[in-house]
Amino acid sequence: MFLSLAFAILSIFTLVCALGVVTARSVFHAALFLIGAFFGVAGLYVLLEAEFLAAAQVMVYVGAVSILIIFAIMLSRGYGAEGEAGNNPQWGWAAAISGLLFLTLAVAMRKVAWPVVAAPVPKDAIAQIGAGFVGQYMVPFEVASVLLLVALVGAIVIARER
Amino acid sequence: MNDLIYNLAQGWERWISSFLPAWLVTLIDDLLIVVALLLLVILFVLAFIWLERKLVARLQDRTGPNRVGPYGLFQPIADTLKLLAKEVITPDGADKAVYNLAPVLVVFGPLMGLGVLPLGVHLIGADLNIGIFFVMALGSVSEIAVLMAGWSSNNKYALLGAFRAVAQLISYEVPMVLAVLAVVIMTGSMSMQSIVKAQNPLMFLIVMPTAFVVYFLSANAEMARTPFDLLEAESELIAGYHIEYSGMKFAMFYLAEYINLFVLGGVATTLFLGGWGGPFVDKVPLLGTFYFLAKDLLMVALWMWIRGTFPRFRIDHMLSFAWKVLVPVGVVLVLLTGFVVWLTNDYWLQLAILLPGNLVTLWVALELLGRDARKSGERDKRLALA
Amino acid sequence: MFIHQYTFIGILALVALLFGPITIILGLLLGPRKPNPVKNSTYECGLQTIGDTWVRFRAQYYLFALIFVVFDVEAIFLLPWAVAYHKLGLVALVDAAIFILILVLGLVYAWVKDALEWW
Repeated sequence: MFLSLAFAILSIFTLVCALGVVTARSVFHAALFLIGAFFGVAGLYVLLEAEFLAAAQVMVYVGAVSILIIFAIMLSRGYGAEGEAGNNPQWGWAAAISGLLFLTLAVAMRKVAWPVVAAPVPKDAIAQIGAGFVGQYMVPFEVASVLLLVALVGAIVIARER
Repeated sequence: MNDLIYNLAQGWERWISSFLPAWLVTLIDDLLIVVALLLLVILFVLAFIWLERKLVARLQDRTGPNRVGPYGLFQPIADTLKLLAKEVITPDGADKAVYNLAPVLVVFGPLMGLGVLPLGVHLIGADLNIGIFFVMALGSVSEIAVLMAGWSSNNKYALLGAFRAVAQLISYEVPMVLAVLAVVIMTGSMSMQSIVKAQNPLMFLIVMPTAFVVYFLSANAEMARTPFDLLEAESELIAGYHIEYSGMKFAMFYLAEYINLFVLGGVATTLFLGGWGGPFVDKVPLLGTFYFLAKDLLMVALWMWIRGTFPRFRIDHMLSFAWKVLVPVGVVLVLLTGFVVWLTNDYWLQLAILLPGNLVTLWVALELLGRDARKSGERDKRLALA
Repeated sequence: MFIHQYTFIGILALVALLFGPITIILGLLLGPRKPNPVKNSTYECGLQTIGDTWVRFRAQYYLFALIFVVFDVEAIFLLPWAVAYHKLGLVALVDAAIFILILVLGLVYAWVKDALEWW
């Protein structure tokens, strides 16, 4: 019962922050709302008993990616990035299409018979993730490192034009 | 009597469960633990404020505060009252929402870290499976708070200070995680109590001293204390990213630093000094709490000693030190620990390889540093004479 | 057990979030309120602010954040590996060594290309 209450609070918080991201007046505020949304998602992970994922979400998204985003905002806009809330003339069409998308997704989600896993989350879940990295998911593990290397080298090549 | 706090808690639990529903009991118990932790940390923070000023003063051959109470012991209380009574000025053009949110968030991270410190044999807020990871993840929340503070103050010095602060904080997060990784490999778990219990014959300080050194220095930089306190260098950036904060809002930044001291000292104690372990702990578990707090105090005193002794680093030196020295040493340590743990399961054989391995790594790193320092010293001399 | 642990964390989070505002409001109640334009202006060594509050943001700052993201994700990948390490064999060590060395290669590249300099 408390789980439902916690879920309700966390989902509302995440949704409000997500709404804030797209409607905020200044880009910096949008970034801060995004951080709030990341926290909300981390809370939802905790409700799913995926504690490692929740901590990873906070450490990587809130601790690293958010800083990257804010630095990128400062790099592209400079300080004092006060914009107006988008006075977009096509907002009517956008609203209609978004509503249609929402309806489609909602209907699809109700109709699909989601397979519910009855087994509880194992106690040594983290160890199993680690074992997975070396066993079943070895290739994605190594590919991830190559991907990170490529991102690093690419950014350095682009940014260090002296 | 041997396990006073735990037995008291059990007795209280039994009494209160007799007439309240289970969920309310959990709620009240958790609230009481949180309040107890808060009081404990505030007590220690007040002690640290006094200790810092006295210790640094003695190191600088002066007396330090000695007017307010015997030996100046009530000085922190006087400081708190002063900060409470100051006028809170919000600068023009500051972004009010973000400006007010920053001090709240900056103290949020360290306070959350309190919940997983193993204060005694059975005394821990929540022995999470991801214990140590939890502390590190929430430490990275403070970086956002720093950026918010710097940006919202509408002051270019604050913003500049915030950029430098964030660069420093993120650069030293990586070696910290690498040092923790070495410990986790040895333990096989991230839970704080497991890490303490794994240091059974010997503390990890003796098994991997270089990891301790890496962690110690990274934590020092994470707390932005001297010699890494460029961010609030009075002569350089006035007060860095919290220039425009006064009164209690400034007190939050100040408080966050000291709570962070306590938490990171507690983490260092857990990881490397054996936490609540010590002689006679199995017979008298109450001693465990005493050992933990004493070791935490020792770590904090070490950090304060370093503060009073060394000059400040320049920002490019600081960042180079993190990425070019600490990260490679951390990587070598992780690989070494992994190799040793794979090689043998015998504890003493592991120790026999790890300890020399650590010391060799430390020696090689210092040699390379020394050589580089000499080279750049000669280069500077050549440039000066040219 | 798990839920109990995280209810504690939840309550701790709530109290930690409230700790800030409550102490600040306490300070607001106890302190004087005498705003005047000099006090409210931004601080610039006691002089009037000259020029716009705009700081030149160099791409170098962004590179540091990016390198940090890469190493942060690396650390996240290595943590479950470290927890499970006891039970795994040589494969685990070689796997992780390859992973780490690829990223160390990235660090060396950044070092050589002067991406780790602050100026």
